Amino acid sequence: MYSVTASHISKSYGQVRALDDISFTVDKGEIFGLIGPDGAGKTTLFRILTTLLLPDAGSATVTGLDVVKDFWRIRNGIGYMPGRFSLYPDLTVEENLTFFATVFHTTIEENYSLIADIYKQIEPFKHRKAGKLSGGMKQKLALSCALIHKPTVLFLDEPTTGVDPVSRKEFWEMLVHLKSQGLSILVSTPYMDEASLCDRIALIQGGRFLRIDTPERIIESYPKPLFSVCASRMRSLLGDLRACRQVDSAFSFGASCHVTFRGEPDSAELADELRAKGYVDLWVEEIRPTVEDCFMLLSKESDDGN
Amino acid sequence: MEIERAIRVEELTKRFGDFTAVDHISFSVGRGEIFGFLGANGAGKTTAMRMLCGLSIPTSGVGYVAGFNVATQSEEVKKKIGYMSQKFSLYEDLKVWENLRLFGGIYGMSGRAIAEGTDRILNELGFAAERNTLVKSLPLGWKQKLAFSVSIFHEPKVVFLDEPTGGVDPVTRRQFWELIYQAAERGITIFVTTHYMDEAEYCDRVSIMVDGKIKALDTPRNLRSTFGVASMDEVFRRLAREAERKGD
Repeated sequence: MYSVTASHISKSYGQVRALDDISFTVDKGEIFGLIGPDGAGKTTLFRILTTLLLPDAGSATVTGLDVVKDFWRIRNGIGYMPGRFSLYPDLTVEENLTFFATVFHTTIEENYSLIADIYKQIEPFKHRKAGKLSGGMKQKLALSCALIHKPTVLFLDEPTTGVDPVSRKEFWEMLVHLKSQGLSILVSTPYMDEASLCDRIALIQGGRFLRIDTPERIIESYPKPLFSVCASRMRSLLGDLRACRQVDSAFSFGASCHVTFRGEPDSAELADELRAKGYVDLWVEEIRPTVEDCFMLLSKESDDGN
Repeated sequence: MEIERAIRVEELTKRFGDFTAVDHISFSVGRGEIFGFLGANGAGKTTAMRMLCGLSIPTSGVGYVAGFNVATQSEEVKKKIGYMSQKFSLYEDLKVWENLRLFGGIYGMSGRAIAEGTDRILNELGFAAERNTLVKSLPLGWKQKLAFSVSIFHEPKVVFLDEPTGGVDPVTRRQFWELIYQAAERGITIFVTTHYMDEAEYCDRVSIMVDGKIKALDTPRNLRSTFGVASMDEVFRRLAREAERKGD
């Protein structure tokens, strides 16, 4: 049985089409990532799947139950961590957790094992008001509250946005651990580097899925050889690369530029042309694309198609 | 008056009770330099930035921004800087031109300078057709590009960018950095925080704060070679893992 299914879901707010014919499934015990920028429709999709918003068209199920007809039963079996911090700032850490446990007719003690790894990290601060916690601790408390009633599916809307790279990595380690306990996890993120930590991902932009697949297969489907170019003067390199006739696309990627060629790639010829423009310390090599390369290519194709 | 450096900070410290949020940091930033100010959540970046913007008085140490003392001349500092963050940038219920008019007016620009500047910015951004559009109906990436242009509308000496590209799509994120380069070419000093480590590579120099102290400060290339790693991401992880305090 699928943990989540969505079939031809659409949703508009006035003139704005937030979701446009979205279909996908999440397998049991899978981490499924929605990868895309703010405004892509990720939160709208979460709100529909967590029974907080009605779709204009299409249908969806969570743990086999219909999100419209069976919303009451669904709410008992899922955990939801919204993008915006939504615990009670005037209650303490422990009071928040107790509150969520009580609402779901359970106790902290009953399901402590599920949250133990996460909650232990904030337990020393259990008498502190939630509003006074640091960003990282708020995130851990919110996750604990989403887990306390032992849900089978976890919905995490941008849990790592604005979080530094080290804390993000720790958060993902917690998710992998939860997955090993059998939970299905639907998680959204604007950070493309987190895509590789998901079993499968959907790249989403403008209310549409650009592609759904495993991160590996999305990378393998990149249609052209991709090259990394480094040189002495990085700041002017991008413009000069784009001015080269044989260059099809060029984008900055941190310490290098990622380049595709028109026609047959000839990296030696490109290097000669750059040397003629005065570049030294040139380094051109073929590389494996990242999910971000794929996202940029697919979003361009999608824009061109409109 | 201090002129040769856009920012100069010596032993700058901020304590809240017995907690030292910023612990004797020293650095300087040159005119037109792009300076990346990195650190984990809770390392003290925001507190340091608030002191540099004249919004928080240092407990000890000195800081000069655009030649003015951040503790004793904070009003002068505020006139000479721009600020933009992901959280606050523009007024959503005002039109594009109205936002430019408002911020231009706040910084004391003449009506004529505002009118000319508005035309120039909208043309440069390719937004001429959006002059009368409410900001809330612009796509996020456009908003962020417009917000940056507004933050440097009054030609500040230094602009502070606090996670300016959070949540922005990958193509727009890169266009945003091209705007940053253009501003730096014009001599505006850029002081920027980010959680995208690829963006750290776009900075001329980068500092990394850990537990209120600056643990590393150099060009991205030198930092990578000093730590013997391939990316700024790894440099960051090495340093941030040593942190003892957690969170914001």
